[in-house]
Formats: sequence, structure tokens, C-alpha cells
Amino acid sequence: MDKLWLIIKREYLTRVKSKSFLLSTFLTPLAFLVFFIVVGFIMGNKSDSDKKVAVVDPGNVLNKVMKDGDNIYYTFSDKGVDVLKKDVEAGSYDGILFIPKPDSSAVRKIKVLYYSENQLGLDAQSSLENQISERFSEYKIAALGLDKSVLENIKTDVTIDPEPIRVDQRDESSSAAAVGAALGTIMGIIMYMSVFIYGSMVMRSVMEEKMSRIVEVMISSVKPFQLMMGKIIGVGAVGLTQFTLWMILIPLISMFVTVVFGFDPQDTQSQAMAGAQSVDPDDLRMMVGKVMHEILNLNWWMIIPCFIFYFLCGYILYSSLFAAVGSAIGDDLGESQSLTLPITIPVLLAFYIMFAAVRAPQSSMAVFGSIFPLFSPIVMPSRIVFNVPYWQIGLSMALLLATTVFMVWLAGRIYRVGILMYGKKASFKELRKWMFYKD
Amino acid sequence: MNILSIKDVVKTYESKIAVNHVTFDIPEGIIYGMLGPNGAGKTSLIRIITTITRPDSGEILFNNERLNENHTSFIGYMPEERGLYKKMKVGEQLVYLAQLKGMSHKDAKSTIDGWFEKFDIKDWYNKKIMDLSKGMQQKVQFIATVMHRPKLIILDEPFSGLDPINANLIEDEILNLKKMGTSIIFSTHRMEQVEEICDRIVLINQGKNVLEGDVKEIKNTYKENLYNINFVGEIGDDLEKFGEIKEKTDQNVTMKCESPQKANDLLRWMIQNGALITSFNEILPTINNIFIRKVEGKI
Repeated sequence: MDKLWLIIKREYLTRVKSKSFLLSTFLTPLAFLVFFIVVGFIMGNKSDSDKKVAVVDPGNVLNKVMKDGDNIYYTFSDKGVDVLKKDVEAGSYDGILFIPKPDSSAVRKIKVLYYSENQLGLDAQSSLENQISERFSEYKIAALGLDKSVLENIKTDVTIDPEPIRVDQRDESSSAAAVGAALGTIMGIIMYMSVFIYGSMVMRSVMEEKMSRIVEVMISSVKPFQLMMGKIIGVGAVGLTQFTLWMILIPLISMFVTVVFGFDPQDTQSQAMAGAQSVDPDDLRMMVGKVMHEILNLNWWMIIPCFIFYFLCGYILYSSLFAAVGSAIGDDLGESQSLTLPITIPVLLAFYIMFAAVRAPQSSMAVFGSIFPLFSPIVMPSRIVFNVPYWQIGLSMALLLATTVFMVWLAGRIYRVGILMYGKKASFKELRKWMFYKD
Repeated sequence: MNILSIKDVVKTYESKIAVNHVTFDIPEGIIYGMLGPNGAGKTSLIRIITTITRPDSGEILFNNERLNENHTSFIGYMPEERGLYKKMKVGEQLVYLAQLKGMSHKDAKSTIDGWFEKFDIKDWYNKKIMDLSKGMQQKVQFIATVMHRPKLIILDEPFSGLDPINANLIEDEILNLKKMGTSIIFSTHRMEQVEEICDRIVLINQGKNVLEGDVKEIKNTYKENLYNINFVGEIGDDLEKFGEIKEKTDQNVTMKCESPQKANDLLRWMIQNGALITSFNEILPTINNIFIRKVEGKI
């Protein structure tokens, strides 16, 4: 036990103290931030130059009112299109918008003409179309002499509110599904990333030990199994440290950026989103409130322990497999590709099932994925938000725990032979033989 | 008393028999040579002694106790393929390896300081292994093997890759450790190295114990009564009556006599004939020679 602790300590400290750890820990949040800022900038930036557009509206459909768009400014003109074309050539206008007079209120399709040397951008075009379409509705309402407020009452916003059958079940609110899906996806992605990042870190470390030949010195002092477990636990602790630091650093750095540059990356993003979907800021605020309520309303006493359980088991299960593969690879790095493939395939499959499970948490695919032990570490956390029946959680956990123990044992058997095998080409046939080697 | 008793040990890998019913004892406080060509089974045997693998059958006693994992802290092992954590600092690495052998942090540090002083490498403590030359790494590896004051040290090809100066340094240290009562197993395929420093040897070939015993005794047992005589003056042609002439020049003759008595007779005869004897030596066989003859079935 002392030896295991020493190994864990070394694996942890050498990594945490290394330059690459510091770089990746501090640069990743920065990279995220830069990414969000750039995305926000790209989404927020419609077009760079201002446009002056003359509007010709012989039927007075628009009633001389046009809301200016991003960088587009409208002026109503009484001149004819032909005269205005000359003005465009002379440079006083960038384009002419011609609104034809509708023949009757029953007209369902209208072509608005836009004369210009340069096309409108896609976004500008669709927001212009929306604006004019709405104005045509208003024009028709007025022409038909209808009451606008009555008409508006016709529109009905419908949301489906899930209700429990029995009283002891929790009452979900309508946005629970969306919040659950988001949280589930986030947890699934974290699982997926940590399996890959830290699993392959374990693999590389095993390979390094084998290739630098230190491993023979090591296992003359400790059991191979202790060495392998020490590595897996040590690297896992590095992963947890890194995640914790990220959780602290990401808000800190974004706060720092906000204060120093007076620039809020989240703001640009929500602005961009609001702009793209033309969401009313009031609606947005209400939505945020609802989401916050929903997040607080989640059964965190269930979610957090489950997530930790699946995180630990999933990480240990896969990293022990990575360790076994690392031990089997000789000096030929190319071999690692073909040997890691059988590990990466279930992880990738689980990742895709996770997305399906988030959309339909009670589908048979989702249920299977969250119980099958090679998929459950990634799929179950994404489903756990959606009131999974206890028997499924129990079965899934029991299967996962048993599989993890079995895989660690299996990996240990391959590992103890693999680390001392040099020059032998590691094939699956060879690995199978190693499992049954005597000590 | 024996530090290690190997009793009828067998180890097979798939269909290959690596160690085939090997039995021998290693007395305490001596340098024990384990000889044999590459692939003879030396490393397999060492891995069993270091508890890295277990024998299929047979028994190993360490200090009269059945060998188990608790004994690893009394054993120091330097494998043929040297290896250290390349990115770790020399000092940290040695402390870590010493702790794995059961030393306390404090004890490890002071012992390592002692060795650094001995090898005059005090400024290496914070250097990374990968910044050291190969010879320097070997020194560190040697310290790693012996720093926890093991009762039994196993050195697999300890001189391979060492320059003569470092080889001498390590050899001196090996002899020093022996003086302090440490038992040493010295495994090599280069037999000439062993004759100078080993007290006992075992010859292993194809997994089998071919020959075991005290170096001097073995040489005496397998000697061929070869004598080399340097002389000045004339001797007659009647030398054949004392044995077989192996080589003869004007001032030197190598004879294979039937017995030491015959050699004595030869010497007396030469002196009586008026030759001036400048030297008279018995030529003992080299271990290498004995091994080859043994393997070829000539003895």
C-alpha cells in the first residue's frame, strides 16, 4: 500500500509540475475564451461598410417607415427607379428597394425588387424579407379593416408541461427536457474527453517506462499491478486537478477580460444569438430565469454522485485497457494505431449513442447504451437528468463495476507480460496468450 | 550459510524451457558468477530471483526463508538493459527508487549524498537523467542498485557499455561491497571478466546447470597438466618421453604432461642437461575454455 502511494505520488507530481501541464491548464481556458470572442465577433459582425438604400413605395405599403438594419439605412424617395439608378451610379445610394403595390389583399406572393451593384448578404436579405413581410401583413390588416389586437390574440404559444402520474414523483417543468439535454450532453462530452485525454496519457506513460527500460528496475521493487494502478490513479488525479483548475480559471479569466477590456464574451455571444434568431431581450431574460430555476431544481443529490461514479469507473475501465495496449507496444509507435482502435470504437459509439439518448432518453437504444458497461460511463450520465428508473441505474452500476474490476484484472495480466516483452510483435493473438500466462 | 538456495527450479515460456531443473546454492558474502551464452536462461533465472516472475516448479530460499515479495527490499538489481526515468532529476529519482525499497525519505537522501560524494558528482542532484552521458547514467544506475544496502546484489552485465575508467570504478565498488559482507551475483556472457573477481561460478547452457563450484577448484579439476617453460641453452630431442610437446621454440616449450610428477621429472632433466630455466608455469584452463569443452561434451 505504501508503495502504491509512492507510485501515485510520483505519477501525479511529475505531471503536475511539468511545463506542459501548466501550459495546457492555463492556455486551454484562454483558448476557449479567444474562441468565444472570435465566434462572437464573427456572428456579431454583419457587414463592414454602411449602405444607403433608397426605398420606392408607390403604394405606400410601408407608410414611410422602415427600421434601419445593421449598417443599412433606408431613405424613402418619390423619384422613379430609372432616375434613382443614375443616383446609384453617381454614388449617392448603394441600392434601390422597389415595393410594388399589391393588386388586392388576397395576394399571397409578392416580389420586392432590389437594384444594386452588389447583392445583399444572406442575413441582411432574410431580415429585410421578414420586416417587409410583417409590414405587408399590417398593410393588409388595415386594408381589410380588421382589428389588429384581435388578430394578435389568435396566435397561441404552446408548451408541453410534463406531469407525473403518481404524487410521489417529481413534477418537471416544461424546460426540464432542454436543460437536462444540455447538462447531459455536457457530462457526456466531459466523460468522452477525459477517457481519451487521460487514457492515452496512461498509455504513453506505460510506453515510456517500457522503452526507457526503467520498468524492469521498478518491478523488481513493486508488483506490476501496483505500478499499473499507481499510474492509472495518479494520472486520474492529474485529470481531476486539471478539471478543477479549469472550473475556477474559466470564470476568473472571463471576469478578468471583462474588467480589463470592458468586453463581455458572453454578452457578444448572447447578442449574436439574439441577433440571429431575433429573440426579444425580455424573452431571453425570462428564458434565462427559467433555465436557472430548472438547474436549481435538478436532483443534484442524484446527479453528482452518479456522475462521479461513472466518471471514476469509466476512466479506470478505459485507462486500464489503454495501459494494457501501451505495455504491448514495442518500439514501433505505428502499432499503437491498430491496437488502440478496439478501444476507441466503443468510446466513439458511446459518444454517438449519448447524443441519441439526450434527444430520446427513454428509447430502447438509450436504455441499452446506459446499461451496456462499455457505453454506460458516457451514456448514463447524459440520461441521469431524466428520472431514470432505479432498477436501470442499479443494473448499470453493478454491471459497470463488475466489468471495471474484470477489465483491470485482465489488463493487469496483459500488462505484466507485455512490459517485459521486447521485439515481439504484439497482435491480438499474442495478447490473448499473455492473459493466460503463468506468473 | 547460504544467502540464496535454488532448488530444482523450472520455468517454461510457451514451448521453450528457459530454466531446466537448475539447482545451486550461493553462500553469503561472496561474488557469485552466473555465466552462459546469450539466451542460456540467465535473465529468466534472475527474474525469478528478483520475484518478477515465479518458477513453474522448484523452490528458492532467501536466507533460509521461502523467497517472497518482502525480500525485494533486501535485493538490489541492475538489469542488463539499463533504464531510468529520463525526465526526472537524478536526486528525486534515486530518492523515489530508494523509498520503493523501503527506505525513509531522510535516510535515502543522506545515503545518496554519501554516494554522490564518493563518486564526486555532488552537482548532479538537480540534473535531469536525459542531460547525462551514458557513462554518467550508469553510475546513477549503480547507485540506484546498491543505495538501500541490500544483502544480495544482482548485476546483469554490469560492465557493458562502460569505459575502462568507469568499469574500474564500479569493479572497486563491487569488491568494496563484498568486503562489507554483501553477496553479489554477477551475470555475464563474458567469462574472462569473471575469473578475476568471482569466488564461485555456475555455468548455464540451454537452461541447464552445466557446472558449478569454486573458481579455483574448477580450474584445478579441469586442468590438463599443461606447463610452459622458458629457458636458455640447449636441450636434447628426448622431451617426448615426458609428455606431448604442444609448442616449441629456441627458448620456450609448452608440454602436456601426464601428471605433475612428470613435469617435475622434465624440469630436473632439463637442468641436468645444462639448460638455464628462467620460468616454469602451469597453464590453467580459462573458464571460457572449460565452458566450451563442457558444452561440446569433451569433458
